[in-house]
Amino acid sequence: MKHVKTLNTQTLNNTVKKGGCGECQTSCQSACKTSCTVGNQTCEQKK
Amino acid sequence: MIHQYKSNGYNIVLDVNSGAVHVVDGLCYDVIACLDGQGASHTPETLKEDGTLAHLKECLGDRYIESELTEALEDVIELTAAGRLFTADCYECLLEEVKKRKTVVKALCLHIAHDCNLACKYCFAEEGEYHGRRALMSFEVGKKALDFLIANSGSRRNLEVDFFGGEPLLNWQVVKDLVAYGREQEKLYDKHFRFTVTTNGVLLDDEIEAFVNREMDNVVLSLDGRREVNDRMRPFRSGAGSYDLIVPKFQKLADSRNQERYYVRGTFTRENLDFSEDILHFADLGFKQMSIEPVVGEETDPYAIRESDLPAIMAEYDKLAKIMIEREKSGKGFHFFHFMIDLEGGPCVAKRLSGCGSGTEYLAVTPWGDLYPCHQFVGQEEFLMGNVDDGIVNPQIADEFRSCNVYTKEKCRNCFAKFYCSGGCMANAYNFHGTIHDAYDIGCEMQRKRVECAIMIKAALA
Repeated sequence: MKHVKTLNTQTLNNTVKKGGCGECQTSCQSACKTSCTVGNQTCEQKK
Repeated sequence: MIHQYKSNGYNIVLDVNSGAVHVVDGLCYDVIACLDGQGASHTPETLKEDGTLAHLKECLGDRYIESELTEALEDVIELTAAGRLFTADCYECLLEEVKKRKTVVKALCLHIAHDCNLACKYCFAEEGEYHGRRALMSFEVGKKALDFLIANSGSRRNLEVDFFGGEPLLNWQVVKDLVAYGREQEKLYDKHFRFTVTTNGVLLDDEIEAFVNREMDNVVLSLDGRREVNDRMRPFRSGAGSYDLIVPKFQKLADSRNQERYYVRGTFTRENLDFSEDILHFADLGFKQMSIEPVVGEETDPYAIRESDLPAIMAEYDKLAKIMIEREKSGKGFHFFHFMIDLEGGPCVAKRLSGCGSGTEYLAVTPWGDLYPCHQFVGQEEFLMGNVDDGIVNPQIADEFRSCNVYTKEKCRNCFAKFYCSGGCMANAYNFHGTIHDAYDIGCEMQRKRVECAIMIKAALA
């Protein structure tokens, strides 16, 4: 594509079927404790 | 849903429902905005209709010639066909399935000490007392908490336990004993404990450092940044500053962990709205993993963030993002927790829909064994869920937390950042609106800005 550079190959839709194992870290345990940031958590299956 | 913005010279288009992030030229940026402005559900088929190009010509014909618009439209059609633009929101129906899943408890915040050797002015724990009395958790209570966690964790293998306070090093022997107990139990039940500790560092010494490095998956080191900033808000009870005592210990600990699996974590208030200087101060001290978060306080607190502070805060995040790009390019990069975003391997949709997990999979335990939805609710009796002896005795509290998600909050439903914050901090929502089914508006503004900056940094370093 001439006008677009896409930064990621994965999409959220792709995680619908395989996701949800629940093994990932609870967000507040990582650092925040006073806010909520889920998007920066790591998927346990992709480690 | 499309969110597009210009930042640091980049034209960024976020396709919210797929999570696809595109950096586009000015022409394509305008074409997407024009199409999005139609408010229609675009598909490759509708985009190929003659009316689409006619609409673009009508809106943008004075700035672009037809062949340019046609070319950009072709890119848009290709992205849409690939499920990376104008993607429909197909997750709300998934929510029912996620909610039906049996929730297990997978993380505990153990309030190992409701006491503290600092007197931080903004402390939501009221210098460790949490609207209650000073107390240390006994080994017996902690043991029951770990037993409760194992018993309620279902098939979940990785269990998280954060030693929190007050200041957990004031009750260090119990921490060590609980880690030893956990290590015994995990073998019996095929579990794996991930222990973490959050400390102000006052009592940190070589013995504690060695133990932390051996046993703790993560350690959060509380420090606010520059000496004068830290010492203004984080003094000893005597009023003396804590910076000089703590910083060398934290530097040594971070190095001993190879600059991994820790965060030096600070709080900014309206008294240091130039908080990027504190983050850079951390970096200049040699730290590689850091977080500085907006203070949580009553609107009447003099240090609380006000709506009128937002322009300065936004500018500060922009400034920080640009400096981080420069530092990364010069080989002096560092991680800022709130700008971390994993566009390829981030959390699954189920995780993003279920939020932080407070009140369901994450609970806080007081020194005497009471259970609360999270550390920030401790001491608010209406949120008392049960205790380590009897388990959850008020399941309706867990039900209420489980029912709360980005689709049940009107403010979240239409927000582009909903899959990054997952509805935000419920304690903040409660503190500002008296209900967890709302959102802390100032926090939302900052969150949206941080997501934009995080994505821009990715674009700059791609």
